[in-house]
Amino acid sequence: MKTEEEIFNLLKENFNDDIMELVKQPVDHYILCNPLKINEISLFLLSNEELLFDSLMNLSGVDDANGTSTIKEGITTIEGGTLSVYYHLESTKFRHKIILRISTPREKPEAASVALVWRSADWHEREAFDLLGIIFLNHPDLRRILMPYDWDAGYPLRKDYANPEFYHGMKVPY
Amino acid sequence: MSFLDQQFDDNIIIAKVDDLFNWARLSSLWQVGFGLACCAIEMMATSASHYDFDRFGVIPRPSPRQSDIIIISGTVTLKMALRVKRLYEQMPDPKYVISMGSCSNCGGPYWEHGYHVLKGVDRVIPVDVYVPGCPPRPEALLEGLMKLQEKVRNESVIRKSS
Repeated sequence: MKTEEEIFNLLKENFNDDIMELVKQPVDHYILCNPLKINEISLFLLSNEELLFDSLMNLSGVDDANGTSTIKEGITTIEGGTLSVYYHLESTKFRHKIILRISTPREKPEAASVALVWRSADWHEREAFDLLGIIFLNHPDLRRILMPYDWDAGYPLRKDYANPEFYHGMKVPY
Repeated sequence: MSFLDQQFDDNIIIAKVDDLFNWARLSSLWQVGFGLACCAIEMMATSASHYDFDRFGVIPRPSPRQSDIIIISGTVTLKMALRVKRLYEQMPDPKYVISMGSCSNCGGPYWEHGYHVLKGVDRVIPVDVYVPGCPPRPEALLEGLMKLQEKVRNESVIRKSS
């Protein structure tokens, strides 16, 4: 069993600048990583014999909404800032856990896919793509998963999302 | 003696066509075997032995083409609304719709922030009876069904009741 600091140091030795910092919080410390190298980092976490993170418990996208927000005629638009993805990992052998976080720019939210490292990431990444529009590079099947395939009104969980007036002739607002 | 007299004696009942048809229809409202969300659990409870939908002649059918009513039991998402509409269109006339629960009545708890929810199934198909509740108890659904039976009872072959 390893602590967050030990895991962080081990990653830092192997990935240098792609591991940015260990952010400490009252609970659940997380490691900030390079979004385009997250697949290599993940593969290392899975296969390193001292770590063996074989379970991706959860993968979730977050709109940080930390850009500049402007409200014009009741419509909010956010420019700049980041969208984030959190990875909750556990090793079923060593019983240690770690949280990774990546942040990608809102205008070009691209991250490497980990679907080929942990199969459970496949649908989680599709969900993050569906609801927040984060593009996972090299994902085997990046389609919408919850919203209709022909949904063209944007990504509903973004903080500046506005619902369309109609969908296939059906009125959407109350 | 004629054949009818021998066979039925005085067992012949005379009724209006309307009454006969309506009685037959309201006594065997076959439903589409179709559920959407948590309301469907209550609908299944209503179908099960304790509440026994079957005593009203409500039998779930595996195909809309054999059904008379569709109970919209749960949240109708925009994605599902197109399928609900298609199911309804596949049912033969006369057909009836019971909207069960707040979600399918008006959007329910998703009325404001539910980006994916149709705010009332009556935006895509005509509804005969609305059953309020979240979810409605089986008794409420039975009440809704009896309201529908009342409606069917007052129909006419030449004129649909309002």
